[in-house]
Amino acid sequence: MSYIKEEEFTKKIDINLWKRLLEYALRWKKLLAAIIVSLIVVSFVDILYPLLSKYAIDHFVAQQTVDGLGGYIAVTIAVIIIQSLCSVCFVMGASDLEMRISYDIRQECFLKLQKLSFSYYDKTSVGYIMARVISDIGRLSEMIAWSIVDILLSFTFIIGCIISMFALNVKLAFITLAVMPVLAIIAVIFRTKILRQYRLVRSINSRITGAYNEGIMGAMTTKTLVREQQNFEDFKILTQNMRHASGKAAHLNAIFMPIVMFLSAIGTALALQIGGGQVLNGVITFGTLSSFISYTTQLFDPIQQIAQKFAELQNAQASAERVISLLDTKEEITDSKEVVAVYGDNFTPKKENWPPIIGDVTFKHVDFSYIPEEKVLKDFNLHVPAGKSIALVGETGAGKSTIINLVCRFYEPTGGKILIDGVDYRARSQLWLQSNMGYVLQQPHLFSGTIRDNIAFGRKDATEEEIHAAARMVHAEEFILAQKDGYNTQVGQGGIRLSTGQKQLISFARVILADPRIFVLDEATSSIDTETEQLIQQAITTVLKNRTSFIVAHRLSTIRNSDLILVIGNGGIIESGTHQQLLNQKGAYYNLYTHQ
Amino acid sequence: MAQNTKKRHINWKLIYKITYGYKRYLFGAIIAVLLTILFSYAIPMVTSFTIDFVISGKDVNLSPLVENLVSFFGGKEFLRNHLYLCGIAMLLLTIFNGLFSYIRACCVNYASESSAMTLRNMLYEHLQNVPYDYHKHTSTGDLVQRCSSDVEIIRRFVSMQFIEIVRTVTRVIIAAIIMFSIHVPLTFVSMCTLPITFAISFFYFKKVRNEFIVADEAEGELSAVLQENLTGVRVVRAFGQQKSELDKFTQKNQAYRNLTYRVLKLLAYYWGGTDALGYLQIALSTAVGIYLAATTDFTLGNVLLFSSYTGMLTWPVRQLGRILADMGRATVAMERIDEILSAPLEKEPGKALKPEIKGNILFSHVNFGYDYPDEVLKDISFEARAGQTIGILGSTGSGKSSLVQLMQRLYQCTGGHIDIDGVNINDIEHEHLRSHIGIVLQEPFLYSRSILDNIRITNPSADVEDVYAAARAAAVHDVILKFDKGYQTLVGERGVTLSGGQQQRVAIARTLMRKAPVLIFDDSMSAVDTETDLSIRKALRNIHGKRTIFIISHRITTLMESDKILVLEHGRLVEEGTHQQLMNKNGIYARIANIQEATGQLNLEKEEIGRS
Repeated sequence: MSYIKEEEFTKKIDINLWKRLLEYALRWKKLLAAIIVSLIVVSFVDILYPLLSKYAIDHFVAQQTVDGLGGYIAVTIAVIIIQSLCSVCFVMGASDLEMRISYDIRQECFLKLQKLSFSYYDKTSVGYIMARVISDIGRLSEMIAWSIVDILLSFTFIIGCIISMFALNVKLAFITLAVMPVLAIIAVIFRTKILRQYRLVRSINSRITGAYNEGIMGAMTTKTLVREQQNFEDFKILTQNMRHASGKAAHLNAIFMPIVMFLSAIGTALALQIGGGQVLNGVITFGTLSSFISYTTQLFDPIQQIAQKFAELQNAQASAERVISLLDTKEEITDSKEVVAVYGDNFTPKKENWPPIIGDVTFKHVDFSYIPEEKVLKDFNLHVPAGKSIALVGETGAGKSTIINLVCRFYEPTGGKILIDGVDYRARSQLWLQSNMGYVLQQPHLFSGTIRDNIAFGRKDATEEEIHAAARMVHAEEFILAQKDGYNTQVGQGGIRLSTGQKQLISFARVILADPRIFVLDEATSSIDTETEQLIQQAITTVLKNRTSFIVAHRLSTIRNSDLILVIGNGGIIESGTHQQLLNQKGAYYNLYTHQ
Repeated sequence: MAQNTKKRHINWKLIYKITYGYKRYLFGAIIAVLLTILFSYAIPMVTSFTIDFVISGKDVNLSPLVENLVSFFGGKEFLRNHLYLCGIAMLLLTIFNGLFSYIRACCVNYASESSAMTLRNMLYEHLQNVPYDYHKHTSTGDLVQRCSSDVEIIRRFVSMQFIEIVRTVTRVIIAAIIMFSIHVPLTFVSMCTLPITFAISFFYFKKVRNEFIVADEAEGELSAVLQENLTGVRVVRAFGQQKSELDKFTQKNQAYRNLTYRVLKLLAYYWGGTDALGYLQIALSTAVGIYLAATTDFTLGNVLLFSSYTGMLTWPVRQLGRILADMGRATVAMERIDEILSAPLEKEPGKALKPEIKGNILFSHVNFGYDYPDEVLKDISFEARAGQTIGILGSTGSGKSSLVQLMQRLYQCTGGHIDIDGVNINDIEHEHLRSHIGIVLQEPFLYSRSILDNIRITNPSADVEDVYAAARAAAVHDVILKFDKGYQTLVGERGVTLSGGQQQRVAIARTLMRKAPVLIFDDSMSAVDTETDLSIRKALRNIHGKRTIFIISHRITTLMESDKILVLEHGRLVEEGTHQQLMNKNGIYARIANIQEATGQLNLEKEEIGRS
């Protein structure tokens, strides 16, 4: 997850944005109430401590007596225990809240991601989404939960302190509190600066990690290009920048603390000087003076806490915006309410209402464009009877994949309609269509788990025998059984432990088992060794049997075996026919392969 | 790394090496720490002095220094009338305290950042210069983890742990001295829970670390599920598996939530428990102090002094327990880093000559294997004369890639020898050798910079026109121009992701830029379609005869024009000859050519024109 981009720094705190995130916390009213009650108790006790000492000084020390000392100690111990229990309570409560918030937002994001259209995925990288769902949400929920706690805690403490000080002595309170606003302003300025600097440090750090990654992943390339020394020179600049940036951050931090200490010392000194005089004059007691000194020394921390929290909120705003914008992304392809009522949605399908699918596909006056000005398909018409196979050929970017995306309803036509078994597919649910569709990609994608899990991906209830039969049909069983654990072999993340050819074969078995009526294949251009290649060709032939199929084809044998070849270009079909017909025509198809 | 039974120690040699040159900053930091402690202890003393001596007017034993100071200012009476002097004293002390803590922080930061910089550079340079074989046996993720997290742990050890230990220990010692000099029994009372706090922290963090690891792993699993879902989104949709994916994710999300909450809960108990202990300690010393003040001549100022010292000791001691518990991490980190740094660097096996290289290559009885001498290649002998094009065919695992990598000495042959223009390559300096042999790998790596800079990476000052020419030859020029930013498009981690075929073509352009006398294409057109393959081969025809070219491919069309074709099977050279010779021979080559012809992978040109 090295996908950390330098974020823009927004100046103002966007209240609405945080309000929306706060709603995730407000869902848990009882928990929030428990947190708030316990933290109010905690800050109440914090305010009580100096008063307890005041009593002790004025009573026991001043009067030179130990009467009631036992009771006093008992009260102190009780107060400490209550406070500790309450602080355990609110720390636990805040942790619980944090985890609930992150759980909820993550669930919601994931749900959203399952519904978002491919137009979103085509524009957004996986790394970007990962960073949102994992890091941003983690950070935000921590922020929300703990900001609530810290800000409330500091706030109640400050208010309590001020009240208590005024109650003790108004004049002294005015004088000692005079320093606090200055302290608050300085704290806000520094905290913001410090955080900004640390962000710079983080971003350099992620670049260093990236450089290591590059240095290691590209080790062979680097050696072949004899670039070791040059790489190292580049790297040294990075680490030097790092030292510089973090030095600056540490410098800011180091100067901030003494300034704050100094300001709070001014408060204490004032209290000592003026309060001391008052003690001498008998206006206040020693106990009052000592509690004033405690209050002034303790006030600084909550003030700079609040400053820090606001700086953090400001800092995290960019994360918040990105997460909210993910949640707010419009789903371009949705099922209408009427359709959902009958067919169910993607998560709770009502399969009992689903009509069986035959596999007759018709494009009727279909227009399509990814960007409004650039039409990829114009008035495209095509009828594919059930069970026929169509090979799509044409230059890169001619629109072959677009046709496939439209058939799968990964995209919808911008004009005209697509009929499945004579009915506009938008009148039925996406899941209805997609559950009846098999799909094999150029780059076969497997999920981590066993080979068996992967074959059974589209039909989780398949029996062992069915799984084996599917593997046999695509000639995958031989290599599966050659693996140490057979069907139980772990394929690793993304199927990394298998070769491309093996992954292809498993993805064919997966389709066979799901037994779809419509099959879509984006044939790989890459060359695999000839023996495996043959197995794949045989697998394709097996899969195509009795299914309506659309193939973006590169292999001549695949093209030849299909019922109809469409040469795609200029937003539509340039030529169509069988292999021999097209060759005899000596047109675009002929040229595509011979005129180079 | 399996040295769990061995007792771990801090690797002081490593620390010495990386802090070399920055030691005076560390030293300065330690002095600043000591001064900060002294000043921070003096502050409560001023308060105590003011209350007892100035305000209450008690006779306290003053040190001669303070006595002189007091008399300098005109005695007790004067101070009482000018109480602000006490306030100013306090401010001055605070300023000094602040000044030294500032100096400390800057020194520590400079020392630790510089050490981290040195360490990062050491690691990077080392990793650049180990033999390639090393990378083959280590996982990238693990190495990057070590170079980032472990370096960070060591940086923290230098910046925080080391100094913090010094600081806490001196703090306790100095406080003990001052407190004992004032009142011995109360000192014992004030410090009685410190060992307990320390022990609790120490053992708690030792124990809880595993729980943290478990929670981290749960997060890893959560991201793994998400990543798979995202990369496989088309498959998920095409099979209508959104529901089961949601279930999978929910399960991981719950596990992560529960495990993390468990850790946080444990932390809450810890903080609450030690907080209570700390406060009880302060309360205890205050209560006993009050008792003493009420019954003996122990002063109020001293009561306040004791309770602030107790407060100043409790929290750092708690922190110390945690630091010492975490120290294990620093030693493990050092071990892991040392392991990288002790991997041997690439060496020159021979004379390190720099002869002129024209491109005549001779393999003589070459054997090669990773674990056994001839497990990958067995007794390979052939000759390529300068300017010839050599095709290599063989199924996956037949040793093709190893064969060409031996020429660049990315690996050394385990038997026989390879000569270039009559010189054994083991005697050629490796940089010289590699810069005269250009190789395009099957899965080439592009650096995260612009396409332009990637193509001219070996010669950053190369003319843009030359870059265009190379890109045209690699049939990638038009593709690049179609990107929004053209040649300035960033690739790699921080930029756009090129398709496999595009990457291969950029890599071909990059290698063509080198004008090396020997060019090797290790199946480097596997991901480009047949048309592009053809156009690249056309470009290569132009340099035919000028350079020695090796082409590995599965496609007969790609190989058939070569001057000589080598067929490898299970590490042996089984066939050798021109296309026509090998077709006549009716062996493996002919068989594969026939299959490819039958399945239509051969160029239609030949096939269809031959038919009509």
